[in-house]
Amino acid sequence: MKKYYLGEFEEIVLLTIGILNKEAYGVSIKNEIEARLERDVSMGGMHSSLIRLEDKGYIKSSNGEATEERAGRPRRYFEITALGKKAIAYSKSTRDELWNAIPKVVLELRQSL
Amino acid sequence: MKGYPPKLFLRFFRWYCLPKLLDHIEGDLIEVYRQRLRKLGKRKADIKFIVDVLLLFRPSIIRPIEGHKNLNNYGMLKSYFKIGWRNLSRNKGYSFINIGGLALGITITILISLWMYDELSFDKSHQNYGRIARVVQNVTNNGEVQTWTTVPFPLAEELRKNYGSDFKHVVMAVQWGDHLLSFDDKRLKVTGVYFEKEAPEMFSLKMTQGSANLSDPVSILLSSSMAKTFFGDGDPLNKFMKIDNMPLVKVIGVYEDFPHNSTFAGLNFISTWDLFYSGNSWLKTAEDPWRPNFTTLFVQLNDHADIHAVSSKIKDAKLKRVNVQLAKKKPELFLHSMSRWHLYSEFKNGINIGGAIQYVWMFGIIGVFVLLLACINFMNLSTARSEKRAKEVGIRKTVGSLGGQLILQFFSESLLTVLFAFIFSLLLVQFALPFFNEVSNKQMSIAWTNPFFWCTSIILIVLTALVAGSYPAFYLSSFKPVKVLKGTFKAGRFAAMPRKVLVVLQFTVSITLIVGTVIVYQQIQFAKDRPIGYSRNNLINIPTMNPSIHNHFNAVKDELMQTGVIASLAESQSPTTGVWNSTSGFSWRGKDPDLSIDFGVVSAGLDYGKTIGWHLKEGRDFSRDFLSDSSALILNQAAVHLMGLKNPIGEVVTWWGHPNTVIGVIKDMVMESPYDEPRPIIYELSKDDGNMVIIKLNPTVTANDALSKIEPIFKKYNTEQPFEFQFVDDDYEKKFGNEERIGKLSGFFTTLAVIISCLGIFGLASFTAEQRTKEIGIRKVLGASVSTLWRMLSKDFVVLVVLACFIAVPLSYYFLHQWLSKYAYRTEITGWVFLVTGIGAIAITLLTISYQAIKAALMSPVNSLKSE
Repeated sequence: MKKYYLGEFEEIVLLTIGILNKEAYGVSIKNEIEARLERDVSMGGMHSSLIRLEDKGYIKSSNGEATEERAGRPRRYFEITALGKKAIAYSKSTRDELWNAIPKVVLELRQSL
Repeated sequence: MKGYPPKLFLRFFRWYCLPKLLDHIEGDLIEVYRQRLRKLGKRKADIKFIVDVLLLFRPSIIRPIEGHKNLNNYGMLKSYFKIGWRNLSRNKGYSFINIGGLALGITITILISLWMYDELSFDKSHQNYGRIARVVQNVTNNGEVQTWTTVPFPLAEELRKNYGSDFKHVVMAVQWGDHLLSFDDKRLKVTGVYFEKEAPEMFSLKMTQGSANLSDPVSILLSSSMAKTFFGDGDPLNKFMKIDNMPLVKVIGVYEDFPHNSTFAGLNFISTWDLFYSGNSWLKTAEDPWRPNFTTLFVQLNDHADIHAVSSKIKDAKLKRVNVQLAKKKPELFLHSMSRWHLYSEFKNGINIGGAIQYVWMFGIIGVFVLLLACINFMNLSTARSEKRAKEVGIRKTVGSLGGQLILQFFSESLLTVLFAFIFSLLLVQFALPFFNEVSNKQMSIAWTNPFFWCTSIILIVLTALVAGSYPAFYLSSFKPVKVLKGTFKAGRFAAMPRKVLVVLQFTVSITLIVGTVIVYQQIQFAKDRPIGYSRNNLINIPTMNPSIHNHFNAVKDELMQTGVIASLAESQSPTTGVWNSTSGFSWRGKDPDLSIDFGVVSAGLDYGKTIGWHLKEGRDFSRDFLSDSSALILNQAAVHLMGLKNPIGEVVTWWGHPNTVIGVIKDMVMESPYDEPRPIIYELSKDDGNMVIIKLNPTVTANDALSKIEPIFKKYNTEQPFEFQFVDDDYEKKFGNEERIGKLSGFFTTLAVIISCLGIFGLASFTAEQRTKEIGIRKVLGASVSTLWRMLSKDFVVLVVLACFIAVPLSYYFLHQWLSKYAYRTEITGWVFLVTGIGAIAITLLTISYQAIKAALMSPVNSLKSE
């Protein structure tokens, strides 16, 4: 049984929200991911991941201030919840376990290729 | 920096986006757009914006089409059903009456629908039923037009040759009836027919084995059930069988049995016309082949031909060919379509007057009415108990319920009730079907897997719920919350009015049905009690399918008489329960030369009259002592009357030119339909072999003993044929089958209708008793006796039932008069039927409500008055 379910992109979004710490809203998350990972992020993909994460209870959101830049629309800030923290911690620990389980030889071989 | 993305796509986004997400995603979109505008310029920013908007078009972001309101509605409906369920389970008694009554009503509706479906789909299993017809003829007989379903055999050739362009197939059938079919030592009486070779294709026979190619005259097709009877699991193909005394025929194929609701049901073998033709040499040498009518002629129309056009085209095809004498009968041919054979089978004066279709209508109407009775119960009980629910309606309205929502609520309650009733009724139908099938002589079943059945059921449920729920829904939802909640709400004096009207309607229907059933039974009894002119007690028919018995008749007779178990015996060509021959060939002194009339002819051996015990009015019976009796005739009264003979004895009547002397006149015997006037019949003494031997058993010997002695003697002289017999009184009873079936069915429906109506007034009575508890208590304190109270409580209902009687009497009189008028020999509708039915209805009503009335009247006033 899976305890926590996180897709690859969801995990990235969740981590980015953590990085941005209190400054995470749609555009900032998008820009951060694009800057750090050098990949294009579509609004559709990102927002639907945000909705999914919120549905799962990994993040919560609150309305922020409206700015001129956004033609008077409010920002919506996202925060990681306790459950969300557990989820990434779980995800990290399982990855680490897997990494540790790989015999050294394999990794060396792959590097030498 | 300002700058706006393409308006069209922004609007598109606003249109599809979930409202709660709209604001901040739109903000994000605009912010990103402006960033891009600075970096990439307007064109690229626009394009990227459009891509973004299109990529946002995904399920989690699009708003649901129905919006959010629907979710609430669903919750509301759930609550309606929950409240409905609680109401049902709180008032178990009323729910039982409602659901039980509705279940009975729906059961009847389902049974009647199944029956109607079966009737309406009669013969429709034949692929070409819309294009197949039977050629029938209207002949004018003594001024009266009769419709005959048989025609002369050369007509088939005539139609093929001169009218062939209109027909795809023309097929003759002959000797459709019982035959002696044998294989090796096994002999059975089997229903079969001789067909022309195109029949299997025309009637879309489903072959299970072999071929359906009847080109070889000596071939036979068997039904699967008959193949099984004769050959078990063995291979029937290429076996040689024998039909009656015909040459051997080879089994070339086996067809699936015809379905129960087909004209051909029970037809177990098909052989060829050519075989019949070669076996009956008189056909080739007949002086006028156009005279006898003994073949049934079927045609299948070409695709472009119109049945009415072809019908009028072939109208005179027979008239053109017949001799002057027969032309006087003005034979007119027409086509009777297969789709109408069963339901529109009756003709009067050459015009179709319906047939079974009138019973389809009758039972359809009964079904609707019985269901309506059950719906009325629901309406009455719901509105009667309205005060109980008035507070609920008041509070719902105060809290903000709309009238429409309340209506919906009450509809959903009636839907729930009907749904339960439907489930019960399916069980009831399942139980009742075997009985119902037996009574209606059908093989019906519920088509569980047929989507059509379920669609119809859903329509039935919804329709019933609408009818039953409409009045209560509108009535209950119209309450004014202020009045109801203040506590001043009392249903007014006239609130019970519609209820009373409905009770009257219920009882009118029930009483009409009761009277109808009684009259149907009276008519049957009347016809059964009709003096039949001979004695059918201890009389048996033994069919003879070959001349063996005739050839040794005297020996058979002597041996039988010696056993002492029989009183008398005679050969005959017709049984006493039918007249198988008729002819127009008689003429007598003073006959109108233009008159062409058919007389029934019964050819019988010596002792016929003595055996059946007919009543001679004048003259004498045939006798051994007069050799001249071979050209003597005995007439019945109807024949004497028709011929207008003052002194019939000694008159000379010529039959196709041969002079015969009338030696006796007998009282009319009921040989055909017991409902018709007797027709003219002439009896002759025959020397040829008959179709049967009629035996009068010795009344002092039991039938079983007698038969066990008769059987070996018949077997000894007729080794070919299995011994079979038929009691004449049983045979006579069969004439009432149709009427008895209708009587039983309407009796069944009437009983249920009465039960439903009684359930209804039982519920109403218990309601009134409950409502008037305090009143009854006070009356008792003041000294009212139980009988006064009983009378007071019963009066209201009795008045309604009496009123219903007065409406039902003329109504039922009208319908039954219509029904009876089709019988020539019919019972009178007398006053006592109505009187007894009326008294019966009142008695049933009193019985039903007395339980409640007496219970209320016996209640101690202490209990009913202490609460306030």
